Amino acid sequence: MQATSHAAHPAARQDTHHEAPGFWRSYVFSIDHKVIGIQYGLTALCFLLFGFFLMLMMRWQIAHPGEAIPLLGSFLQGLLGDVAANGIISPELYNSFGAMHGTIMVFLAIVPLAVGAYGNYLVPLQIGANDMAFPKLNMMSYQIYFLGGIIMFVSFFIPGGAAQSGWTSYPPLSMSVPTDGQTFWLIGMVFLITSSLLGSVNIITTVIQLRAPGLTWMRLPFFVWAQFTASFLLLLAFPPLEAAGVMQLMDKVAGTSFFLPTGLAVGGNLANISGGGSPLLWQHLFWFLAHPEVYVLILPAMGIISEIIANNTRKPLWGYKSLVYGALGIGFVSFLVWAHHMYLTGMGTHIATFFQTTTMIISIPSVIILTCLLMSLWGGSIRFNTPMLFALAFLPMFGIGGLTGLPLGFSVADIHLHDTYYVIGHFHYVVAPGTIFALFAGIYFWFPKLTGRYMNEYWGKIHFWTSLIFMNFVFMPMFVQGFSGMLRRMSDGAVQYSDLKVEGVTGALSSTVIGLNNFILWGAVGLGLAQIPFIINLFWSISHGEEAESDNPWNATTLDWQTPTPPPHGNFVTPPSVYRGPYEYSVPGTGRDFIPQDEPPAAR
Amino acid sequence: MDIPYTVEARPDTGVYNAKVGMWLFLASEVMLFGGLFSSYILLRVGAPAGTWPSGLLSVPLGTINTIILALSAITTLMAWVACKSRMFERFKLFQGLTILLAIIFLCVKSYEYRDKLTHYEVVLKSGEIADGHLIRREPSGDIVLHGHVVKEHAELMNGRKHVEHRELTIAKDQIVRMQNYGPWHNTFLAIYFTMSGLHALHILGGLVVMGYLWGPGSRMWKTDPDRFTNRVEVSGLFWHFVDLVWIFLFPTLYLI
Amino acid sequence: MSETSPDIFKAYTRKCGAVFAAVVCGTLLMVAASYAPIANHKIAIALVLTAAACNASVVAAYLMHLIGERKMIFTVLAFTVVFFIGLMGLSIWASQDIPTVVAPITR
Repeated sequence: MQATSHAAHPAARQDTHHEAPGFWRSYVFSIDHKVIGIQYGLTALCFLLFGFFLMLMMRWQIAHPGEAIPLLGSFLQGLLGDVAANGIISPELYNSFGAMHGTIMVFLAIVPLAVGAYGNYLVPLQIGANDMAFPKLNMMSYQIYFLGGIIMFVSFFIPGGAAQSGWTSYPPLSMSVPTDGQTFWLIGMVFLITSSLLGSVNIITTVIQLRAPGLTWMRLPFFVWAQFTASFLLLLAFPPLEAAGVMQLMDKVAGTSFFLPTGLAVGGNLANISGGGSPLLWQHLFWFLAHPEVYVLILPAMGIISEIIANNTRKPLWGYKSLVYGALGIGFVSFLVWAHHMYLTGMGTHIATFFQTTTMIISIPSVIILTCLLMSLWGGSIRFNTPMLFALAFLPMFGIGGLTGLPLGFSVADIHLHDTYYVIGHFHYVVAPGTIFALFAGIYFWFPKLTGRYMNEYWGKIHFWTSLIFMNFVFMPMFVQGFSGMLRRMSDGAVQYSDLKVEGVTGALSSTVIGLNNFILWGAVGLGLAQIPFIINLFWSISHGEEAESDNPWNATTLDWQTPTPPPHGNFVTPPSVYRGPYEYSVPGTGRDFIPQDEPPAAR
Repeated sequence: MDIPYTVEARPDTGVYNAKVGMWLFLASEVMLFGGLFSSYILLRVGAPAGTWPSGLLSVPLGTINTIILALSAITTLMAWVACKSRMFERFKLFQGLTILLAIIFLCVKSYEYRDKLTHYEVVLKSGEIADGHLIRREPSGDIVLHGHVVKEHAELMNGRKHVEHRELTIAKDQIVRMQNYGPWHNTFLAIYFTMSGLHALHILGGLVVMGYLWGPGSRMWKTDPDRFTNRVEVSGLFWHFVDLVWIFLFPTLYLI
Repeated sequence: MSETSPDIFKAYTRKCGAVFAAVVCGTLLMVAASYAPIANHKIAIALVLTAAACNASVVAAYLMHLIGERKMIFTVLAFTVVFFIGLMGLSIWASQDIPTVVAPITR
């Protein structure tokens, strides 16, 4: 930062950095990584809430098929018309809610929150940089993401409604549903992919080029490593999906047959296409992204949890290097596991064995990371504040999510479990009480840096305990339903296959299994209510929260806390230099229980 | 506030920011075209025997375009060398040449597209297939093609086989089905239009950047020549990558 | 940047001339190979693609200066190439590995 006075240097007036920018430049078209991070965060939180509401309505329909949605029913009918006649969700609308719930949660809520918001705000701070390497690209990245979100959102209101073929958009189904929502979905995805491309190039370049003097690779906080790896996944795994998206778009608008096989019949009639395409090709290209995407969801979460655990146990992370190599290992292997989503496509045994092997291999680094985090707790003087509670809950919740994934990685077990509620339970344990808890933890943890105030502890704890309980109410019964063979994506909650409809048939779902739908519904409603304290707390604390005592209220070591609060444009008062590793907590023989990374070694 | 290493290289990595960014972008581009090339192979290998056409595209035009693009890659590099040697006039000359060559490439490409879009396959009532370029449509609905008539669809799969072309007039009531050689015609043309179209979009994007650096962007030469040279280098990297993609597109689409 | 002399320019001009000649030769070779009367179509395809790969490596090595580039950039590209090969190789393997019909299980 250069100190200038306009009166003394009239020539400097051209340089906009030195002028107080107006509203538009400060909040809408800002190139400051912190503002962009907050923009990402708020937008993504809105989408998170929206995606949650879609799910709530779907859960009502599953538990009470054919009954009007209470409270929201007539509103929905007014908004969407016949597909929600009498406030009842039609199967078509259920399908588009399902497809859009997945798309919104993955591409518009969690990834933008984990990488867009946290990565943008914290990576430059933690590596001691004054901004991202390419601030203008950073701004464009957010705006393209926002546009992509608008395109996805608008597709609900076009004739035919939003995409209806699941977040996976498998052709030929996605081609056969008579709605342009699929075209919107594809164009929206191209926007989102472009945005994440710009974002990931930015984060990687920033980490490589803008580390503060002395901040060697092995002194980087684990959070930075996690973001770095996740960005590489976004960079290299997304483009094949972009290619596939372009091809499906061609199928949709230019009449090609990339994914449409010869002899395809739609509605009993032979489709008027040239044929010769391969539906499996889409699945390969889609899962080539979508499996690494899972690790894009989880790695930043692990990074956040590591920072919070190190800080609140007041001791260094156990096995820092194992964590780093574990993250890199996950990143590498995640490119070579994708077809374990495709065991049911008539895959040969050799290739299935290959993907089973790599799938089992990738669980090793995940377990290493989780073990390191657990071991870090040992012997720590743990502070049980709200962020730490969320972080502690992350460990078993992610553990459940990860371990339930193993049976899905074996083709034999997968044949039974594929496309059942078991799968939904599994990945939601990873993402909802896993990643989302980590994101909550991060919000409570870094809130004092953003605002200079704490969030309310009491309501934070209420938020934590209710969320934890209701999350498990929602997702734990899904394992039971899945084991019983209840399929996902059924708009009537599988009543058709229960002994309520087909009495006395062996293998029909019992009324207990179907009854769990109602249990899950009220769990989900409870989960929704549990977020109210959080939302109020978040906005109320900006101006009314308890003031933080200092710029570093948690007594943290990493560079993000060695800045003024909130960090100004340019972040640091003086460019920092780094002299030590990221987690020097409770070093024996020092007066304090933490030594910031930028503190020079004591003169002897 | 200035971001470090926009002009000079960072000592321990040895590169400046934009270069890292461009290489990362190119890595993702490798995966983008990698996905498309994989699709090409998968679709081609999976096609039933005798349904994948070959020799549909004009090899002379493809060769000319390959050489045009290679030449433009050379002029791009020379433009950067001119910047490094502090010869602004030569930079203008070489950058201008690159832009010109890129425009010629696009012209040739659009001529090829037009050629395909006016090429029709007409299934006749007799079961035969007339194949050729549409010369005109008569007011009566009859059409005039410059081409030939074959008995079997399979006979159209090898475009390199020399056949006598002549003017054919086809009565309206003889036409069962008529379709031009657009992306909808068969999977080969679908992937041809998609891949070469995406490549042409890259050319267009490169053209915009190069044009900017040649025109309004070159003002930076006066204020910060080193940074400007870096910009030329980085845009050159992109341009070479586009050339690289074409080097693979040409044989896969035109030759094999 | 101290290299302001026209000599550098001349040296580069020569190098560029050589690269261009190589690329043109490679292209003509490709075309020739595709017309050559090789009975085995697979060998013809391999020849054409080898020529293309040579062409591409000349462009990458000399025009994109990869030959003297930093380790860091090489590392990124090496990983990219591995993932690219993984994508292409594994999806083709998967498409070729089709379960064969086995004798029905007798009870």
